[in-house]
Amino acid sequence: MNALYALIMVLALVIIPLLGAGAAEWHVLFGVVVPYLAFVAFVIGFVYKVVEWGRSAVPFKIPTTGGQQESLPWIRQNRIDSPSTKVGVVIRMILEVVLFRSLFRNTRVRLFKDDSQLSYGSSKFLWLGALAFHVSFFVILARHMRFFTEPVPALFSWIETLDGIMQIGVPVIFATEIVILLALAYLFLRRIVVPQMRYISLPADYFALFLLFAIVVSGILMRYFVRADIVDIKVLSMGLVQLQPQIPSGIGALFYTHLFLVCSLLVYFPWSKLMHLGGVFLSPTRNMPNDNRMRRHVNPWNYPVKLHSYEEWEDEYREHMKEAGIPVEKE
Amino acid sequence: MAQTPSPENLVQSIDHTPPQNNWMDDTPPEFRLGNFSYPAKPRELESFLGYEGAKEWSPMDEDWQLPENWQEIIYEGFRERLDKYRSLKVFMDICVRCGACADKCHYFIGSGDPKNMPVLRAELLRSVYRKDFTTAGKILGKLNGGRELTQDVLKEWFMYFYQCTECRRCSLFCPYGIDTAEITMMARELMNLLGIQTNWIMGPVTNCFNVGNHLGIPPHTFKDIVDFMVDDIEEITGKRIEVPLNKKGADILFVTPSGDYFADPGTYTFMGYLMLFHELGLDYTLSTYAAEGGNFGLFTSHEAMKRLNAKIYAEAERLGVNWILGGECGHMWRVLHQYMDTMNGPADFLSVPRSPITGTVFHNARKTGMVHITEFTADLIKNKALNLDPSRNDNKKVTYHDSCNPSRGMGLLEEPRYVINNVCNHFHEMPEQTIREQTFCCGSGAGLNNDEFTEMRMRGGMPRANAVRHVQEKHGVNMLSCVCAIDRAAFPPLMDYWAPGVDVTGVHELVANALVMRGEKERETDLRGEPLPGKED
Repeated sequence: MNALYALIMVLALVIIPLLGAGAAEWHVLFGVVVPYLAFVAFVIGFVYKVVEWGRSAVPFKIPTTGGQQESLPWIRQNRIDSPSTKVGVVIRMILEVVLFRSLFRNTRVRLFKDDSQLSYGSSKFLWLGALAFHVSFFVILARHMRFFTEPVPALFSWIETLDGIMQIGVPVIFATEIVILLALAYLFLRRIVVPQMRYISLPADYFALFLLFAIVVSGILMRYFVRADIVDIKVLSMGLVQLQPQIPSGIGALFYTHLFLVCSLLVYFPWSKLMHLGGVFLSPTRNMPNDNRMRRHVNPWNYPVKLHSYEEWEDEYREHMKEAGIPVEKE
Repeated sequence: MAQTPSPENLVQSIDHTPPQNNWMDDTPPEFRLGNFSYPAKPRELESFLGYEGAKEWSPMDEDWQLPENWQEIIYEGFRERLDKYRSLKVFMDICVRCGACADKCHYFIGSGDPKNMPVLRAELLRSVYRKDFTTAGKILGKLNGGRELTQDVLKEWFMYFYQCTECRRCSLFCPYGIDTAEITMMARELMNLLGIQTNWIMGPVTNCFNVGNHLGIPPHTFKDIVDFMVDDIEEITGKRIEVPLNKKGADILFVTPSGDYFADPGTYTFMGYLMLFHELGLDYTLSTYAAEGGNFGLFTSHEAMKRLNAKIYAEAERLGVNWILGGECGHMWRVLHQYMDTMNGPADFLSVPRSPITGTVFHNARKTGMVHITEFTADLIKNKALNLDPSRNDNKKVTYHDSCNPSRGMGLLEEPRYVINNVCNHFHEMPEQTIREQTFCCGSGAGLNNDEFTEMRMRGGMPRANAVRHVQEKHGVNMLSCVCAIDRAAFPPLMDYWAPGVDVTGVHELVANALVMRGEKERETDLRGEPLPGKED
């Protein structure tokens, strides 16, 4: 059911530009107004969200330690998983953000009821699927930069060349197009097939996958099947970048659909779980050093609390203590 | 009290496949004897939390007699905590429900209850957050995963946030480091606002605040217990030792959980500390005021934690010690390592800890001024400051359980292993997915070690016990060592249930068995009065 809700919503997002830009030919709306609004909404939303997180205090230093602490000099510290320096934390964060180190640890539990035995197998598929998706996504994003730059910086051209290095087909098929489709399919199927995943999945989880899927598919259609005029598209995109928007004539409904779906993603992004992109940097269990006993952490809202002082306490137990021969302050 | 099913029946009852329906519709949860902890006594809520209007109630009641504006109270409490804890705010927003945490929780593994998957445990809170604090949730409601805070939802909170031991194993595997312990702590704080709290947490907290330790042992009784142990030590070693209490001007204040001087097998570990300190001629003192290292406040609220923890620094200052040494305890070290200095420091009256025996300076504790006993003892052994005869432990085939908090909230992994390997000849590790930073909880942490919760404890302890049974079968392991007082209380029944024949010990009990004291008589027995290897007849 949750998947169905999400599918209906994404289909609606496909139909809107097909009708609006295709049938009704509101090209300025879908080619200029919506993209600008979406971009502004994305930037404002993203900044707002990060600032909101940043405004909340970090009262305690609570790293989750994943290895040996720094202690006696002859005990080998795990400087990455239990970092006590800023450099260590930075390395830990880089490995987390770029290589999904924690996900790489993933195991899968199995219970053998016959002999009541539990086993824990390594399980790297989620890590692989997630990494495949994210890397492909960023490569595709980088490839798209050629629409927004003139002249196109060498970096983006290299990435494009590298992505098409298999040299299959005309136009050359990009590896990332295949990988991202497979990755999205895997990430979707596990939510449907694995009962635990199905139980925890919300409409939002399917919505993000379907939306991304629709974006990728519309892009692929344009490249291989319903060829779009790249020169015209670049006129449009450069016009947007240079704040001199213009609508070339040769752009079809498919392109506007692709663009509208991307705009939907931009608008949706800051208010959704996709903000894990920003949040992962702010996670106190990962971005703080395990140097608690070496360097004091200050809680900005620390306040005095009601205590049971030694004096009060001794008043209550003095006679017993004297009798037992325990030293007291007041005889 | 409910009858706990047999191990075989319990295993058969586990089904890791959740039902087909929407989890949000699956309320209220079924409270039955064995899966929840009894509520706190109104008297304790009033005296400690200052909560007014507490009533006698049972989770099994249909109507929980909540105050009229209870949703408002929770809403305000939630809002306040979102501002005070970035952890909460970020963790409410960024979970993608990837499911990596799902099968990492010992309670899920042992119960199969899908709401024990850490992701869903957090969603219980997150669904209300989305409804009340996000724009999309306010508009889209259930479609955005939001839901109204009803009494049934509150019942779920009570059920599942008191089926979490704050062990942080899920947090290790989470790609964003989302820490369910953090979420559980917040949820428990929110429920406190309504007077919803458990007896097994509020009792110890109140005792600790009023008397000085969780078990409510007054100072004169504490001394009786120590004297009793001194007698036992004399009987075993022939040596009469002195135990300083509340001694002003001592070099070191020693603080340990009250479980260590209350019940077996913790008491043997306590005897171990006393023997070690005596043998070293250490200038130390125990305190009858700060007579508790553990801190059940951690399981209640940050404020309660701070109120209880404050005694340690206060007492160190009053007695004028140079630094503090801490005994074997799990959650105690989470508090000491990650919270104490921030809450109750800076302890500028302390010096940087320095072992008077070896001269080693504990730079890693230079600010907080508190050293873990296995750091201290590992240093002694490394510097050959102890005369050890590990063969006295030869009848023990030992494995080691990493407590959750020292492993994932501190990183204390090698120190205890180094000590054990120097006082025992037979040491075997459990499988790597169950030790060190991946260690499994005993199933009884975070204030859940009560009798009425026994069935869930046996379930939650299953992964740990299973790994013990594995080395029992493979290597003949008969002794499970640990550095945690809750472990020492929780493991004996857990082992009897899942891996009969395995006994439980603290690391310093093993140390004291192996410790050859100057002028001691030839020992016939270990600290438990059982014959040493080769002295069986």
